[in-house]
Amino acid sequence: MSAHSITEPSATTKWISGGLVVAYAVVTLIPLLWIVATGFKTPADAISYPPKVVFDPTIEGYVNLFTTRTRVTPEQLESLPPPEGIAEEIVRSYGMVIAGPSRFGERFMNSVVIGFGSTFLSVFLGTLAAYAFSRFKIPLSDDLLFFILSTRMMPPIAVAIPIFLMYRQLGLSDTHLGMILLYTAVNISLAVWLLKGFIDEIPREYEEAALIDGYTRFQAFYKVVLPQAATGIASTAIFCLIFAWNEYAFAVLLTSGTAQTAPPFIPTIIGVGGQDWPAVAAGATLFLLPVLIFTVLLRKHLLRGITFGAVRK
Amino acid sequence: MAEIVIRNLRKEFGDFTAVEGSSFTIGDGEFFMLLGPSGCGKTTTLRMIAGLELPTSGEILIDGEDVTRKPASQRDIAFVFQMFALYPHMNVRRNIAYPLVSQGMPKAQVKAKVAEVARILGIEEILEHPVSGLSGGDRQRVALGRAIVRSPKAFMMDEPIGALDAEFRERMAEELRALHDRMGATTVYVTHDQLEAMQMGDKIVVMNHGVVEQFGTPQEIYDHPATMFVADFIGSPSMNFIRFEGGFRPGDTSVRLAGAEVAVPALREEADGRRLVLGVRPEHVHLTDAADAVLRGRVEAVEYLGTTQIVTLSTVNGPLRARVASSEVVRPGEVAGLAFDARTLSLFDAGTGRAFVTAANEGVHDG
Ligand SMILES: Nc1ncnc2c1ncn2[C@@H]1O[C@H](COP(=O)(O)OP(=O)(O)OP(=O)(O)O)[C@@H](O)[C@H]1O
Ligand SMILES: [Mg+2]
Repeated sequence: MSAHSITEPSATTKWISGGLVVAYAVVTLIPLLWIVATGFKTPADAISYPPKVVFDPTIEGYVNLFTTRTRVTPEQLESLPPPEGIAEEIVRSYGMVIAGPSRFGERFMNSVVIGFGSTFLSVFLGTLAAYAFSRFKIPLSDDLLFFILSTRMMPPIAVAIPIFLMYRQLGLSDTHLGMILLYTAVNISLAVWLLKGFIDEIPREYEEAALIDGYTRFQAFYKVVLPQAATGIASTAIFCLIFAWNEYAFAVLLTSGTAQTAPPFIPTIIGVGGQDWPAVAAGATLFLLPVLIFTVLLRKHLLRGITFGAVRK
Repeated sequence: MAEIVIRNLRKEFGDFTAVEGSSFTIGDGEFFMLLGPSGCGKTTTLRMIAGLELPTSGEILIDGEDVTRKPASQRDIAFVFQMFALYPHMNVRRNIAYPLVSQGMPKAQVKAKVAEVARILGIEEILEHPVSGLSGGDRQRVALGRAIVRSPKAFMMDEPIGALDAEFRERMAEELRALHDRMGATTVYVTHDQLEAMQMGDKIVVMNHGVVEQFGTPQEIYDHPATMFVADFIGSPSMNFIRFEGGFRPGDTSVRLAGAEVAVPALREEADGRRLVLGVRPEHVHLTDAADAVLRGRVEAVEYLGTTQIVTLSTVNGPLRARVASSEVVRPGEVAGLAFDARTLSLFDAGTGRAFVTAANEGVHDG
């Protein structure tokens, strides 16, 4: 036996644990796979009973998601020049033509601007506040920190009505700025607390060394503390983004047009004769991607950061 | 190059006083030791000199200029931290270059400087390494490199070799002292190891509970401790304390102890019927059968140390240790007479712990 056979699990153990992980992954991923699959079904396949697991994939859902269509008479359809591209072809097979782009792209961009904007603001303010709480003697700092945390004890939606009225007065309803501020307000307590934990873990000596080396306090913060806190900042950013990206209740209440985000928009996609499920599923699939990509990009940091500094040396 | 003057320096953390009215002067080019047990305020004192901590009161002068309220970045002092505090996200080269970059030095010049420092410290091969994989000794050298690269007025070192393993410490201590002798820059060095302080320092400040107990050369401190704390803290094994009651007047050259007259350096003070302590270093206790023996003791244990041996005896005044040549034959159980070197004895007030002024130590105590 080799020297590390003591810690190395046996082949059987590996297979069993591997199998368990796969089984768990399948169970949790089924709803997700279902959504992705539905996005590639025809409306009929999407609602067929019993549900179809094997089907002919089509991009109809995606075409419907990105376009608005109008019905035309068969004669009009005849008189049109031959369809350009696959999208045109699919739409015509239903006796319709593409009238223009849908609002999905716009709503999606709203989500991006508001989601990433509020994440940036939360993490930016959170880092500064966390640094101050971590390094300086702040009068009543414990009480202040508790107060910051307490803003999270009540579900945000409990204050929906006052916020709705306040936003109307301030003209912030249905604006990007309004939604960014709102999500920042909700996220900032989390950001301050998480980041304070991370910054507490960074030895002060690093900054002090920079102060001695002739840098100002701000330079020391910027050049020495920030790179050290990258892990914490990345994981905090992911938590903030996930909340802001998926938030539904406030989005429904406070946005209806200009600043509407994707979550309230997607379920409202109507096709011929009711809800267009493949289009909804296509929208949901695309909606999942940014958080997924963001998380994968920051994965390296996240894996280390999620242990809240326990593994730093 | 700088002379650092500390005047009545005091630091309070809330209700707790970490440093109480310290005053001492660090001469230009001196290798200066701040010595004391854990928690006595050494680091706090050093941090105040460097500008990392604001004193509650008192003054710090560097080359005659009052820097008490100046930020660290304007004091031109380098600091070697106990755990080195190398910037973890930079490699060795960038760590060493960092203080120069802050001054806006041109790249080529930075490069030359770093190369020179690396050569002095013998770390040329690891310049491109990340600092995370370095051994303790190399980290230490990089930290030193970062300190010496901009030729600051003075160096502050907080137990710089405390984190290294024992065998390496000695070598590093020698390297440090050699580096200092070569550059001649004022260095303030914190340690809780009295041996290290004695070996390396030009001057030593001994601190205890935030108070400066004594300030002087290693020899002054060893031979003429100003307080019982210093006497006990410095030297291994530490000074013997023989407790007795009695008195003396100025000019006396002996005290009565357990019925015998013990010759001491001529006294300059007086004391009456007080609890006193006679301090005698183990190496100044002689085993003798002659008539000059002032005490008798029974040998309890003998510890062989090569050239010398430590003999533990029990006497009517308590246990006593003597350092005698290994060539002397001493057996546990036997009774020996004890004699002391008169010139080397210290007398303390048992109540305050303060040493009485004698012909031997006058002019030495100013801590
Ligand atoms: N920022 C602070 N707030 C409160 N108390 C402090 C602070 N810094 C130091 N102290 C206290 O001041 C005292 C002196 O601390 P200091 O670090 O100067 O000791 P030291 O002599 O360097 O000890 P060591 O050998 O353990 O490093 C200690 O009791 C410590 O707990
Ligand atoms: Mg210390």
